Amino acid sequence: MNIESRLSELVTGLPDGIAEGVALGTGLADGFDLYPSPLGEVVVTFNIEGVSSVDLANDGYEERFARRHGRGLLRAEPPSAWGRHIPEAVEAGTPGKLPVDLRSRTPFQARILRIAASIPKGEVRPYVWLAREAERPGAARAVGSTMARNPVPLIIPCHRVVRSDGHLGEYSLGGAHNKWELLTHEGVEPARLEELAEHHVRVQGDPSTGVYCLPTCHVIRGSGEWNVVDFASTDKARSQGFRSCPECRPG
Amino acid sequence: MDDLIAALASDLDRAFPSLVESAGPGLYWGLRRLCGDHQEAEDLTQETFIRAYRALGDFDGRRFEELRLSPWLWTIALNLGRNHLRNRSRRPIFVEIGDHGRHDTEPPDTAAWDARFSALPASQRRAVVLRHVVGMGISEISAATGRPEGTVKADIHRGLERLRRVMEQER
Repeated sequence: MNIESRLSELVTGLPDGIAEGVALGTGLADGFDLYPSPLGEVVVTFNIEGVSSVDLANDGYEERFARRHGRGLLRAEPPSAWGRHIPEAVEAGTPGKLPVDLRSRTPFQARILRIAASIPKGEVRPYVWLAREAERPGAARAVGSTMARNPVPLIIPCHRVVRSDGHLGEYSLGGAHNKWELLTHEGVEPARLEELAEHHVRVQGDPSTGVYCLPTCHVIRGSGEWNVVDFASTDKARSQGFRSCPECRPG
Repeated sequence: MDDLIAALASDLDRAFPSLVESAGPGLYWGLRRLCGDHQEAEDLTQETFIRAYRALGDFDGRRFEELRLSPWLWTIALNLGRNHLRNRSRRPIFVEIGDHGRHDTEPPDTAAWDARFSALPASQRRAVVLRHVVGMGISEISAATGRPEGTVKADIHRGLERLRRVMEQER
């Protein structure tokens, strides 16, 4: 056999992993891996921009991802620059140093999600609070639908967002019982919140400080329950001489 | 190739995997013969396609019409290869889990070919690989390397001569 034909046989197949690396690097597919969470194993997907979705690791997550995002999924290690922050973000319920890809959201939705990301662990905020923080006080309903379509639950803690009337409300990641589970895991007592909502308690004041808070705010929770006065509205609290808490900004 | 260019022009995201499938083996194995290392060839192949994808996103109809895929991809690859030699520490952004590289796609005698090619000066090695391993024409090689066709032909000729001598010495 002459040398030319021997050389022409040196091209065989493309080694495994290269086409996948190209798909991930071009953004034609996202990578995914599995992580533990308080709700059991979850699928976290990512691309060069950041984490793009979180879903329960049950049947059909690949189809759900393709339907929602129009891209494929490939099992991969996340980018080394921030991949190590994924487990702590899932556990803490906050992005922290983790970049999040919110390109599929409108600028308003992305803003609402970033505000939701700032809600401290162990506390909840009503839709109307997020709308006000985003300087769109009339947009509570839009906040609700933004939370329902949060692409990165657990990492952006939409489980800490409750209905404006104080009831827990729905949860996109597997249903309302998971919201209950997550809040319990964080030390919030969901039954207590439901009871306060039932009694139309929106804010609580501490007469010794003259400050009123949302019921899960760490400031009022440090006061001891026997000290606390319940109010059905912020107006009522203010009319009794209470000031709004600068930590939870109840309005 | 014309059909592929038309497909890339009409729907880049949909057609791009076909480009990787058709041009990928030649690009990888050509680079592999040029650099003699699986990991480096893999990095360069991926990076070449990623750059190509980004560039094609900005192409208009006329640039697609003028596009000659093989020389264009190799221009990107050879440029990257030059920079790569200066910075060998860089790694791909993503690492596929369970990627062990070689598997059963390795051609016979691959280590022997690495040794044989290492005996050739860079310009001859490049010309021989592009002509006889990848299967490009003289004018395509000239376009990809920016060297005159006469020089390319001479490099191929001298490179093959040297390869023959190296292989005779093996016996």
